[in-house]
Amino acid sequence: MSPVAAAPAPTSAAEDTPPVAQLTLDQRRELYETMVLSRVFETEAERQYKAARIGGYCHLSSGQEATTVGVVHALQPDDLLVTGYRSHGFALARGTSPEAVMAELFGREDGCAHGRGGSMHILDVARGYYGGWGIVAGQLPVATGLALALVRQGKPQAVVCELGDGAVNMGAWHESLNLAALWKLPIVFLVVNNEYGMGTAVARASAEPELWKRASAHRMHGERVDGDDLDAVYEAADRLLRAAREERTPAVLEAVTYRYRGHSVADAGLAYRTKDEIAEHQVHDPLRRVRTQLREAGIGEAELEAIDARADERVAAAVEFAAASAEPSVGQLAVGMHAGGSAEQFARMRPGSAFGELALTFDAGLGS
Amino acid sequence: MTYREALRLALREEMARDERVFIMGEEVGVFDGAYKVTAGLMQEFGEDRVRDTPIAEEGFVGAGVGAAMLGERPVVEIMTINFLLVAMDQVVNHAAKIGAMFGGEVRCPLVIRTPNGAGNQLTAQHSQSFDQWFASTPGLKVVSPATPADAKGLLKAAIRDDDPVLVIENLPIYKQRGEVPLDPEFVVPIGRAQVLRPGTDVTLVTHSYATVRALAAAEQLAEQHGVSAEVVDLRSLRPLDVETVAASVAKTNRAVCVEEGWPTYGVTAELAARIQHACFDALDAPVERVGMAEVPLPYAKNLELAAMPSEERIMGAALATLGRTP
Repeated sequence: MSPVAAAPAPTSAAEDTPPVAQLTLDQRRELYETMVLSRVFETEAERQYKAARIGGYCHLSSGQEATTVGVVHALQPDDLLVTGYRSHGFALARGTSPEAVMAELFGREDGCAHGRGGSMHILDVARGYYGGWGIVAGQLPVATGLALALVRQGKPQAVVCELGDGAVNMGAWHESLNLAALWKLPIVFLVVNNEYGMGTAVARASAEPELWKRASAHRMHGERVDGDDLDAVYEAADRLLRAAREERTPAVLEAVTYRYRGHSVADAGLAYRTKDEIAEHQVHDPLRRVRTQLREAGIGEAELEAIDARADERVAAAVEFAAASAEPSVGQLAVGMHAGGSAEQFARMRPGSAFGELALTFDAGLGS
Repeated sequence: MTYREALRLALREEMARDERVFIMGEEVGVFDGAYKVTAGLMQEFGEDRVRDTPIAEEGFVGAGVGAAMLGERPVVEIMTINFLLVAMDQVVNHAAKIGAMFGGEVRCPLVIRTPNGAGNQLTAQHSQSFDQWFASTPGLKVVSPATPADAKGLLKAAIRDDDPVLVIENLPIYKQRGEVPLDPEFVVPIGRAQVLRPGTDVTLVTHSYATVRALAAAEQLAEQHGVSAEVVDLRSLRPLDVETVAASVAKTNRAVCVEEGWPTYGVTAELAARIQHACFDALDAPVERVGMAEVPLPYAKNLELAAMPSEERIMGAALATLGRTP
């Protein structure tokens, strides 16, 4: 298990103790199924990457399922979600089909970004997921702006902005926290502390390795939770999101977890940590913890095995779907780049126009 | 040795030669470098001279600027040029300004090393070549080696230079092999282009990975079309060696400028302007340009390939200057 300090007293807010959110047995079973789906999906994604059907960077979240699933469960349907590039699990937890995510990894037209984004840029606007982003901490100001828009539009929702432990040392982190606190924006910054930013241990990168404490520099509430404890993650996320929606109180939630795989599929993940360290974390595997809870609550082995089998089937179907989906058309290279009406604006510099140069191709599918 | 090993050799030699030289960057030490350029250097030179940084580009690039102002010789690694945007203010508005803005009272002998490049499905935020952004900034020097020998020689020249120098490396070239002089005093001068392949019919003006593509295209032009293409590798973008480019075009009377970046307002735009001015009477055809399709680079392999300045497109442009079609 990850080293977790006791949750600190809030630095602001919450004189009234809100009711503690607890999972029902049905909810726990459902969330477990999502956690298994996420694990199986990531395992399959790695296999497909090694078979060269997925390319680019591919960051897996195996080991982090309790954090991902617990936080997303605390979102209401109209709440918004923004993440970094370790994004597959968030989409699956939000209800995006494994087919749409796998097809994106395969670079196909039926992918959630139509094959244009790949692993790092999963999104599902219909479910309020405004993207996986690839530049460390780049998503923080963007998410802050989503929260600003919600306020301006008089909407009661909140934003969860996920980031990794490495992102807290970027200027964009401090700037975003200050704006959120200053303007009282409905946003929860979810710091997924999986102990390593790429190959750098948190203590080697952060002078204050208890990352939640940095919220206090902006008089913002911060707290740390065991990110491998589904109940604890859900309870904290629910409480902080409620405060964000109802009182426009932003917060930092640090979830301490562990990633089993390397930084990306290309990283074996053993240059900076030992196999023993990984094995030690696997003893307290978040899936196993929830499975034990379900067993203790009377769920039989047959049903647990059926959950595993369903996840296998869904991921297998996703691979089949992705492989059968069409490649994007080269004639549509520029689709989405500009809004409608732009083709006319660009008409006089395009290839084939009066003074257009021969070899400059930039207009395939430009919005007409 | 490989381009990657040539860079490492340059770093090792310069660190041994001058104790003011030290390395800073993300994952350069314990992890051996995101692309393994600095592998083994932390063991050899210690954690003080090979310094792992947090993910904080603006901070550690700026720290490099400050250290350089006091006479240190920092070599800052940025994992890829895409992440240099986060530190743009320190590079353009601080490092580049110091010499002139303070009337020559202070110098900033900073080196920033970073790879550009596309082609590995890294998608829109990780596949860019911003060479021109920096090359258009007075106060900076920008070099972009395309061969292992130039990688060693130009990095050493950059470290020994008294001004801020951006060394633009390239992801696909890291593994490329070539002859590299082992003499520790081997240095490639900044501001000198090189004719990598002689030819008579058309000049291909290139830098960085476009050089690799152009050499392959020149080979095919000779084999398939009987066209003799001369390849001029710029090696330095700022200062730009217009003289070598103009001498070549004066001979071939035709020019195709190739880059991995977007051509509109790009390196090739600059070259076309310089060539038409220097070679106005010698040109037999309009200067052609080949660059990245002007879109944020898509992930799907077939789209990415279609967007790149392929050998086919270079050949097509070269043939067009000769009034021929592929």
